[in-house]
Parts: sequence; C-alpha cells; structure tokens
Amino acid sequence: MTVSVVQFGGSNCDRDAVRALAHLGVDAERVWHEDGLPADTEGIVLPGGFSYGDYLRAGAMAARAPIMKEVHEAAADGVPVIGVCNGAQIGAESGLTAGAFTTNASVRFQCEPVHLRVERADTPWTAAYDEGDVIEVPIAHGEGRFEIDEAAHADLVAEGRVLFRYCDADGNVTDAANPNGSTDNVAGVLGERETVAVLMPHPERATLPDLGRSTDGAGILQAFA
Amino acid sequence: MTAYTATVTVRLKRGVLDPEAETTQQALERLGFELSDLRSADRFEVDLEAADADEAADRDGEMAERLLANPTIHDYDVAVAER
Repeated sequence: MTVSVVQFGGSNCDRDAVRALAHLGVDAERVWHEDGLPADTEGIVLPGGFSYGDYLRAGAMAARAPIMKEVHEAAADGVPVIGVCNGAQIGAESGLTAGAFTTNASVRFQCEPVHLRVERADTPWTAAYDEGDVIEVPIAHGEGRFEIDEAAHADLVAEGRVLFRYCDADGNVTDAANPNGSTDNVAGVLGERETVAVLMPHPERATLPDLGRSTDGAGILQAFA
Repeated sequence: MTAYTATVTVRLKRGVLDPEAETTQQALERLGFELSDLRSADRFEVDLEAADADEAADRDGEMAERLLANPTIHDYDVAVAER
C-alpha cells in the first residue's frame, strides 16, 4: 500500500507521519498538495501542523485546496483517510466528518499526553485494540475543542461514529479528563464510512519506541499496514 | 455596474462557548468596567462591482456560506452599501 501524506503550506507533522508509517512497514510518501494525489494512492494522511497559519479558522484554507476534492473522491471509493490534529481540523472543515474543532476552553495551546478510550474496535483504525481499551497519545493544539449541535451529536452517537473519547487512566470519561472542553469528551470521529477518521491527538508521536513514553498510537496507523 | 462594499459579520451561534470573549470580558472587568456579557465577531468588508445591491448581497452571502463562516458553529449576516 502506498500512503500519500498530503503536505500543505504550514504542515509540520508530515515527516513524522511518514517515519512512523515506515516503522510499521508501510510505504508512505509526502505529496505536495499542488501536485495532486498520485494514481497509486491507497491511503491518505492529512497531517498535523499549522496550514496557512491557521488563518480564518484552523484548517479552513487547506480544506478548500483543490486536492481536497480528490481526497473526498478517494474517500468515497473506500480509500482509508485519516486526519490528525490540523488534519482533523481540515477534515472537519471540508465536511469529511461532522462537527468542528475550535478554540480550546482553556484558550491555551496544550501540549501534553492524554488518555483516550477506544469506543469502537471494529474499524480499520482500532482493530489493534479492544473496545474500552485506554491508550496514551499526546495532544498539541490550541483549537481542538470538538463542537457540534445537539441533534447532529445525537446522530453521531447513535450511529456509533465516535471513535475516541478523552478519559482518565482508568478509562473514566470525566470533565477532569477532558483537556479542551470538547463536547462529550469527543477526541476523534468517523466519517460516513468507517475508513474515514479524524482525531486531534497524534498517533504518529506515539509510535516510534525511542521517541517518548508511549507507542499506543501505532495501532491506529496499522490500519495502513 | 455599481461599486459596493458588502460586509459579512460572522459570529458564533448562541450557546457555542466563546473562551476568547470570556477572557476578554474578564480582562475588562479587571480594569474596573462593569458589563453583563460580551460577544465577539469577525467582520469582512468586501469591495465588489455588481448590477445591484441584491446581487452584491447574494455574492457576499455565498462567500460566507463557502468559506468565511463555518455553519457548524457560526451565524452570519450581510450588509451592502454603495461605495
């Protein structure tokens, strides 16, 4: 499988994603957004960063770049697509997934390890886990608060499209374990297809064994393996 | 064609948390001002040429729909004036 890691002006986690995927034995390459998706693209990562300086809203500009039309078409064809951090903001802004990621309740940029509860284990992104597993993955964002209107959120929950929730080390979903004020502690969601997901935490920063305190994120990227 | 300035004001929907506005309100209160609430909004002034004010408003509204506002969290309004 060749995974295209889409690089926009201001992306800065694209190399990390390629390296983490290479560690998992996945063939991945960076693709400059103006060049379009290579024909052999079998997976897509929208990486983290600060595309277009977060102008207007985080992800707003990149979401409207022409390559996103190709990403939508690939997603509709079943190509796995994941958006991480700024990639999640881009995915939500472009309508790949429901809701929006906006200013943290703390009004601070937060860079810290968090715990996530795996809400669905029957998706490509979570096949390595069991439902209810608690994984540790870092966040690094100023605009990660998941916002969605009540009716749309009820649909999201009813359709089982909440993939991860912020929780404490024991898996309890509490206000104290919610780093950014996200609605219902939502940290990651699925799109219309289970092959499309976005999340604010960084699995690529919790994959390489020599990089930090956790390799729990590897299971998410193994969807591409 | 007439020259217009079409102004889009984008604000958070009622009920959506606005931590930046809350922080600004707290700072004003620290300065001794008394206030009940504070809301912030983004304003975009678009200079354009259009056949009439309705067309200018329509085009500005489409800009809001497609980019300037995020319908998940924002409401917006459009005001048009001859320039």
